[in-house]
Amino acid sequence: MALIRCENVSIGYEGQIVVKDLNFQIASGDYLCIVGENGSGKSTLVKSLLGLKSVEKGQIIFGDGLRQTEIGYLPQQTEVQKDFPASVYEVVVSGRLNSRGIRPFYTSADKKTAFEKMKMLGIEDLSGQCFRDLSGGQKQRALLARALCATKTLLLLDEPVTGLDPIVTAEFYELIQRINKESGIAVVMVSHDIESAVKYATHILHLQEKVLFFGTAEDYQKSRVGRTFLGGGADD
Amino acid sequence: MTETLFEMLSYPFMVRAFVVGILVALCSALLGVSLVLKRYSMIGDGLSHVGFGAMAVAAAANAAPLAVAIPVVIVAAVLLLRISGSSRIKGDAAIALISTSSLAIGVMVISMTTGMNTDVYNYMFGSILAMSQEDVALSVTLAVVVLVLYIFFYQKIFAITFDETFARATGVKSGLYNTLIAVLTAVTIVLGMRMMGALLISSLIIFPALTAMRACRTFRSVTIHAAVISVVCLAAGLLMSYLGGTPAGASVVMANIAALILYSLAGVLRGRMNR
Repeated sequence: MALIRCENVSIGYEGQIVVKDLNFQIASGDYLCIVGENGSGKSTLVKSLLGLKSVEKGQIIFGDGLRQTEIGYLPQQTEVQKDFPASVYEVVVSGRLNSRGIRPFYTSADKKTAFEKMKMLGIEDLSGQCFRDLSGGQKQRALLARALCATKTLLLLDEPVTGLDPIVTAEFYELIQRINKESGIAVVMVSHDIESAVKYATHILHLQEKVLFFGTAEDYQKSRVGRTFLGGGADD
Repeated sequence: MTETLFEMLSYPFMVRAFVVGILVALCSALLGVSLVLKRYSMIGDGLSHVGFGAMAVAAAANAAPLAVAIPVVIVAAVLLLRISGSSRIKGDAAIALISTSSLAIGVMVISMTTGMNTDVYNYMFGSILAMSQEDVALSVTLAVVVLVLYIFFYQKIFAITFDETFARATGVKSGLYNTLIAVLTAVTIVLGMRMMGALLISSLIIFPALTAMRACRTFRSVTIHAAVISVVCLAAGLLMSYLGGTPAGASVVMANIAALILYSLAGVLRGRMNR
């Protein structure tokens, strides 16, 4: 049984299909990178996985005890967050909301989880800091800690290294890999960075309005589409 | 000093102004934090103009002003939030469109019935005498409702303000909470606008939140400071109005400007010390 299985999924806006006939699955412990050019339907697919956008056709099935609201989502940062007055702790603990239901306040168990995740990512010293004063890499770690608070099984990262410098980017990839290996949390990452994708991921999903490739990273490197994309598209 | 205070509070209209004013200031500050951070500041301004139009029509039709204005402004608030949410019409343009239209309708109706007189002046700039016994009861009820809902949904309001997409992805019904904020804002504005004036009521929403953000660095401290600042500035403004005979709304805004300057200085000093 897979955590998420997409069966013949087509998604679109007002009748215009953006991606069609998606068939793939994510198993527990997988590290899947979704690659493709701008407008290839990556972010649309992310929205549907999160339940923010309904599918036109087919179905997305959740299994292994994963519920749709229990995906640890790391969104792209928004304009609002740039000068938002909130402490790192306030941001991180808000990831616990999906287990709160209607109850209004966090329990001590929620607080403990929040601090555990901050410690895991090496930001527990920053818990009282203001989010807007953090560096780009620290912000991503805070948002990752929030995502970890929301899930036990699956992280969904939407272009997480955008705007980070090369050193911080490399650190962030290592961190994700460590979480994937040590905690067994499956990772789904939307990425432009194809080289890092094949380096770290176990599986690749290459989109171009439909699935161009789905399989292991190893097979992707040998495939025609993979070689073309990795070679910068120059030799075909 | 205490003598002046006692004398002031011996006038029933002053007591009513204080009760309604403080409660409206409290509610608008709490709602304002979320609205300002979500870049919806101008909605307050737009809604007050809609309220002006509705009240003018109510007066012309001899209907109770609040009974007409509250539902109309609630509808406008929900509509404005929806428009801001979709990208087809730009939110700021939509607000300008709706607020100027309402203002024009209000002025037309007034000029056709009573003519442009002190009523218009009071609608625009507010009057300390405007609060009735009924308003007091209504604002006490409103304040209790806003406070209870705000505390109960505080964590969810934080989540949708900070990151609506994440909140929705983790199962928070953001549409419901946005509508709730819009409805509460609409009622708060209608209650406050006759004292503060249609042109000045949005200051109660915007100033306390912005002031608190100058110096505070967590969402909780911003919320608490905004609430306290708002209430203190309102009381100071009304006192100024009573002692100096200045218009109530403008006096409250003056107090808020002073608070903003103080907090900005505090924020700069704090930044220097941290460096």
